[in-house]
Amino acid sequence: MQHKIIDIEDVVIRFAGDSGDGMQLTGTLFADSSALFGNDISTFPDYPAEIRAPQGTVSGVSGFQVHFGSCEINTPGDFCDVLVAMNPAALRANAKWAKPTATIILDENAFDEKNIQRAGFATMNPIEELKIEDRNIVVSPITELTKESLKDSGLDNKAIVRCKNMFTLGMCFFMYNRDMKYTFEYLEKKFKKKPALIETNKKVLKDGYNYASNIHAIANTYTVKPANLKKGTYRNINGNQATAWGLLAASEKSGVPLFCGSYPITPATAILEELAIHKSLGAKTLQCEDEIAGICTAIGASYAGNFAVTTTSGPGLSLKSEALGLAMITELPLVVIDVQRSGPSTGIPTKTEQTDLNQALYGRNGECPIMVMAAHSPSDCFEKAFYAGKYAMEHMMPVILLTEGFLGNGSEPWRIPSMSEFPEIKPPFITSCEGKFKPFERDPETFVRKWAVPGTPGLEHRVGGLEKNAEGVISSDPENHQLMVDLRAAKVAKMADFIPELSVYGDNEGEVLVVGWGGTYGHLYTAVKELRKEGKSVSLAHFDYINPLPKNTAEVFARFKKIIVCELNSGQFAALLRDKHQQFFYHQLNKVQGQPFIVKDVVDAVNNIL
Amino acid sequence: MQLTTFYKEEFKMKYTAQDFKSNQEVRWCPGCGDHSVLASLQRALPEVAEQLNYTKERFVFVSGIGCSSRLPYYMNTYGFHSIHGRATAISTGMKVANPNLTIWQATGDGDSMAIGGNHFIHAIRRNIDINIVLFNNRIYGLTKGQYSPTSPLGKITKTSPYGTVEHPFNPGALVLGARGTFFARSIDNDLKLNQEIFVASAKHDGCSVTEMLVNCVIYNDGSHKDFSDREVRADRTIVLRHGEKMIFGKNNDKGIVLRHGKLEVVTIGENGITEDDILVHDAHSANSGIHSLLIDMKFPEYPVALGVIRDVKDMTYDDNVRDQLIEVKAKSKINCVDDLLRSGSTWEVE
Repeated sequence: MQHKIIDIEDVVIRFAGDSGDGMQLTGTLFADSSALFGNDISTFPDYPAEIRAPQGTVSGVSGFQVHFGSCEINTPGDFCDVLVAMNPAALRANAKWAKPTATIILDENAFDEKNIQRAGFATMNPIEELKIEDRNIVVSPITELTKESLKDSGLDNKAIVRCKNMFTLGMCFFMYNRDMKYTFEYLEKKFKKKPALIETNKKVLKDGYNYASNIHAIANTYTVKPANLKKGTYRNINGNQATAWGLLAASEKSGVPLFCGSYPITPATAILEELAIHKSLGAKTLQCEDEIAGICTAIGASYAGNFAVTTTSGPGLSLKSEALGLAMITELPLVVIDVQRSGPSTGIPTKTEQTDLNQALYGRNGECPIMVMAAHSPSDCFEKAFYAGKYAMEHMMPVILLTEGFLGNGSEPWRIPSMSEFPEIKPPFITSCEGKFKPFERDPETFVRKWAVPGTPGLEHRVGGLEKNAEGVISSDPENHQLMVDLRAAKVAKMADFIPELSVYGDNEGEVLVVGWGGTYGHLYTAVKELRKEGKSVSLAHFDYINPLPKNTAEVFARFKKIIVCELNSGQFAALLRDKHQQFFYHQLNKVQGQPFIVKDVVDAVNNIL
Repeated sequence: MQLTTFYKEEFKMKYTAQDFKSNQEVRWCPGCGDHSVLASLQRALPEVAEQLNYTKERFVFVSGIGCSSRLPYYMNTYGFHSIHGRATAISTGMKVANPNLTIWQATGDGDSMAIGGNHFIHAIRRNIDINIVLFNNRIYGLTKGQYSPTSPLGKITKTSPYGTVEHPFNPGALVLGARGTFFARSIDNDLKLNQEIFVASAKHDGCSVTEMLVNCVIYNDGSHKDFSDREVRADRTIVLRHGEKMIFGKNNDKGIVLRHGKLEVVTIGENGITEDDILVHDAHSANSGIHSLLIDMKFPEYPVALGVIRDVKDMTYDDNVRDQLIEVKAKSKINCVDDLLRSGSTWEVE
């Protein structure tokens, strides 16, 4: 058989194994190497909530999917070209994601009777049982080969077995003619203090590469050329990191020190962890005793003149509800980040969803509208976090930024911007005033009050949860309450003058307008692109701003015959649109499975109404 | 905006209690113990300002919900009347954000011991430099008379018509359990002692808790009267001062001794007891053993301990946060966001 090297546009690889098998690291290393090579990439970690779920069971399977290409890549891919399954459970959980043409790499040594039973197979022949005999199945004794590779390393058996993920990574590098130098660099950095491990890991990686080359089990190898990306300096970034950096950027631009009060919660914790590193940029992080303290310390910090942030996920946002009302009525700047996950209650903590929209919009007592915005891709989290900070500080109000587990953990290459490309942030600080200071006196245009920081002589004033009049005096006067409720709502509604208008991908008018918000952007964009390639009259309007909606929303909607609202919940955004723009009929595509959309499902849904 | 610049100059301001009074009408019930605590604070703060060289705009009063939590409105300072139980978290954020502020917190037994219990113990554990004044009237007043976490066992209230069936908290014990560095106790109408305690509390670097035994005239009148009534107070309470003998009583003839690991009340001149046998109060002892015994003293077996019971030095959270920030900044190569964005692995696309 002659070995051919074939150029292809894009490839999806899914690494799956026990949650202790190091699949997240393997996937990340492959993704980073691809990014550094110049491919466009998108990644999707799909891992269980348990740190070490029962070994060998389907519930303990951890997966990492990486999609890389020489073309524009907007999703981690629906189905994979290569599936690496380190044990029977990983195969059972992931076989359904393998394309009919896929190569499936299995660790023969893990496919013993015990593991096959533990994975829940009825027979001793998982491949037949899963009806995947027609795939290109590469059965290799990966564990044994790793042991052989490292028998002289001096490592104990346990440590050696742990290196089997590097062996599989080596195999994948061969299949796609990847350069291993970036991974070598990574290993040199990671094990700087344990040089023995650098050589060990390099050796396994090379042995895996050579093994794949020797066995010819893979008929052809493939190359994926660098993508035609815009000129510039790039880095790989995930959504949680981008969010943290965007907040730091807002702090720097405003000159207001960043304070983050938070409580660890999956999948938002990484934002707090990232901010905690950057004390050199003045970021103060306080890991609180609970979610309520997270937001309340932030509110205290805001009153004291800091740029205050709290980060959380669904259940944490529920706990913060009462305090959000306090931030709203005291009109203090605050950014609340909700990295949405599957709910209700604890739900499926590590899986992605868009089911917190209603909570963000309405989850408070009293008349309490709050600005809500959403990030649409991992790197977009940077810009959205920056603007959440800008709007919160300049308009003296809480802002909720919704991201998703899919964005927070997912990564993509990002053309690094310069801070000079970002606008100034000018909070309405006041340092002196004529006469008595009135804390709730407002700018007549924007309805924004002043930020008088304790420590400033002559501006002593009280804020609080009780209704007050413009002077800051408690008031239960009926007319004053009506006035204050209306003013606070008008201030939020006024944001429509400051946010960007809704833009349309595709033609500005036509048959079907696909409408989405948040992290579904990549899938919806890819689906619309495919449909347009087929000549269909389909466009996409993706919302980054949800409350208030962009001013031109109705104008855009009116230019299409049909509208379909696609979201990972049971129709929360569709309900908002029905409330705000009743004149249109909204079709819906909804999915609440803790998983992102599949591009094909979106394409089918659009075709159904075309 | 450089907040610290306000404090660089050396201020020598003379304030009076009047400077700390706001123009708001005080709306507590006539005869409520909160009035005296407010008056004590307004008298203590000029002394605090003078001794610590603070200007008035550095004072912030924070509160939660309840009768006592109305206090910030009555102080002519910065103030934040927040939500039920959360004042401690809000104070914590303020202090970390701006360590130059001197933060006072008014809270009640429901606000701090029930709904806000978690924040209360953690602020104490962190030893964040805030001054908590705990108004303990052993009842829910603002909701009109339900039992609180400090109501005595068997207390009959609207929600315990047959008497409560649960033990109360002793706030001081909770403070010690959370590694507290400062605990004091006083009775609402002892203005002199209150002032003395507030000044000590302000000088204490770290979290201070002052339990104010406050009378609620409407829903729990006389809850402390067994020992707080003027006629019996001298015999049934003891005011502790660091370095002084634990002597009390109308005739200054009673004292506290330690025997077999327990405190005992003795009379000087009886059974061969002399002043030399009486314990000397050591508020600065890191070991909280005796402090715990003093805090637990209950009438009628013992006099109720008042004054500063514990006042020890320890590191504070806000100082540590500030120091770490300076330390990391000095070492870091990342000095602006542009540096950060370009840190780690990057690549060029031509």
